[in-house]
Amino acid sequence: MDTILATEDLTKEFLGFTAVSGVSLNVRRGSIHGLIGPNGAGKTTCFNLLTKFLQPTRGSIRFDGRDITGMKPAEVARLGLVRSFQISAVFPHLTVLENVRVALQRARGRSFDFWRSDKVLGQYDARARALLEDVGLHTHAHLLAGELPYGRKRALEIATTLALDPVMMLLDEPTAGMTHEDVDRIVALVRRVAQGRTVLMVEHNLRVVEGLCDTITVLTRGRVLAEGDYAGVSRNPEVVAAYLGTDPAISGAQAHG
Amino acid sequence: MAVQASALVGAPVNDAPGLLGLSGFGFNRAQSITFLVMLLLVVAGPFFLYPVLLMKLLCFALFACAFNLLIGYVGLLSFGHAMFFGTGGYLAAHAAKVWGLTPELAILVGTAFGAALGAVAGWIAIRRQGIYFAMITLALAQMVYFFYLQAPFTGGEDGIQRVPRGALFGLIDLRADMALYWVVAVIFLAGFLFISRVVHSPFGQVLKAIRENEPRAISLGYRVDDYKLLAFTLSAALAALAGSAKAIVFGIATLTDVYWTMSGEVVLMTLLGGLGTVFGPVAGAAVIVLMQNQLAELGAWVTVIQGIIFVVCVLLFRAGIMGELGRLLKVRL
Ligand SMILES: Nc1ncnc2c1ncn2[C@@H]1O[C@H](COP(=O)(O)OP(=O)(O)O)[C@@H](O)[C@H]1O
Ligand SMILES: [Mg+2]
Repeated sequence: MDTILATEDLTKEFLGFTAVSGVSLNVRRGSIHGLIGPNGAGKTTCFNLLTKFLQPTRGSIRFDGRDITGMKPAEVARLGLVRSFQISAVFPHLTVLENVRVALQRARGRSFDFWRSDKVLGQYDARARALLEDVGLHTHAHLLAGELPYGRKRALEIATTLALDPVMMLLDEPTAGMTHEDVDRIVALVRRVAQGRTVLMVEHNLRVVEGLCDTITVLTRGRVLAEGDYAGVSRNPEVVAAYLGTDPAISGAQAHG
Repeated sequence: MAVQASALVGAPVNDAPGLLGLSGFGFNRAQSITFLVMLLLVVAGPFFLYPVLLMKLLCFALFACAFNLLIGYVGLLSFGHAMFFGTGGYLAAHAAKVWGLTPELAILVGTAFGAALGAVAGWIAIRRQGIYFAMITLALAQMVYFFYLQAPFTGGEDGIQRVPRGALFGLIDLRADMALYWVVAVIFLAGFLFISRVVHSPFGQVLKAIRENEPRAISLGYRVDDYKLLAFTLSAALAALAGSAKAIVFGIATLTDVYWTMSGEVVLMTLLGGLGTVFGPVAGAAVIVLMQNQLAELGAWVTVIQGIIFVVCVLLFRAGIMGELGRLLKVRL
């Protein structure tokens, strides 16, 4: 198996409270990998560790054959491991087009040019519009990002991430708080953009997980409880118990699956 | 310190494009008109007011604009900007008097040293957030103050006096106030336009992104400290440019310009004029300098009056002169 991201004994303690505990995760290149678990299980903390927004207490992280455990977050992003945030992360007072251009500018240069007019950024417009078209936002290009409805903000976030052409994307609850219609759009989008790259996603909607993910890791109280494909994981009695014990909404979806 | 440039946010505004190619500096129509008015005032001013007073005003206006670049567009509150202003002054004065350089070269020397000090001070300070950033800049400025107090070349309490104005490029005698005025006016206008360009450059766009959502900028691979450091250095260089010009104008460089009260004064000017507005720092500097001139005979009371203005600003006119005016006219100034 060609592993793109591997962690060993990844652990994060906050003042004695262990949020992530001895997690060894292996993500296969080219797969869509789901990370699920009840609220407070440590999923977001895992993302923060993987993208170096947090320093692990113990353990190591390898990405694309490189040990990234001691790196800074911007450096990890430059290697092609790019994250989204659980709380939608756009630049609210930049236009939709400018949001995408900011990412293009980083990847393609000119980000230190302080003596030039920002009109030179027009050279990235064509590419930015193409990316926006990809996520169905091209008609919104000149709106301020902060004015977009929630679902569209998530789509913009994905377009911005894609502008970096990342090797691997980490998506933290990309469909949370969305309408059915928006969820379908995001699912289709993730499936499309996952062509030729790896995706690791935190997702609460188990139907989305079932439809998208090749492999699923279940986290509870910071530990890996189970791992495998959807069918295998959903039959695991420990997983069912964990969900039944914490979140009836999800266990309902579980019964459905 | 994370300060929202409140004047930039809020009610919908008329953002018609700029005039006469001024949109290249990011000016909308209202800003283009304001710029032309300012240009007119700068050109006509010396025929109505003392050129030396106006030169002082322009130097402080540039100083405030430099400070505003940092707080208004990066969100960093420096409480030690006098160290750059004063460094510019001392180095320009020394270069003109002791090294015998022509005024434009002396000003260049002052600016370069200010930029270098800015790079070092910025490198130390920018990794701190919020109030700690302000405290570190203040502490560094105090260290710089004590350095100038002790250093042999600064003349201690007396400062460097009788600095010759010299001849521009060795050709144009600047001893006449009106001759020097045009030089200072050009320096001010160039500095002002340069700042507008920085704000509306590809680099400025990254600064805006960082201010809006720093974690997101980092997650896109931006080494945000590098951008903050460059902004800090540019701001320091421009503050030093203003200080250098002031030293040439008055023929003197003293401890007053590196003292912490000078750092406070530039905060006051910027706040009074409108933080994060394009013209606010100029308006704020104009009000303070003209007021100090009018009330000079009141001595220590000037400080009290400035204190009252500061409090009134913070309590009632948070957006400052240009911020409130812009709100009234529904335009960005
Ligand atoms: N910075 C922090 N300091 C202290 N505790 C934290 C911090 N971040 C997360 N936690 C705790 O770690 C646990 C896991 O949180 P999180 O990773 O956000 O869970 P999930 O994303 O799975 O819902 C929670 O109990 C949370 O309160
Ligand atoms: Mg979470």
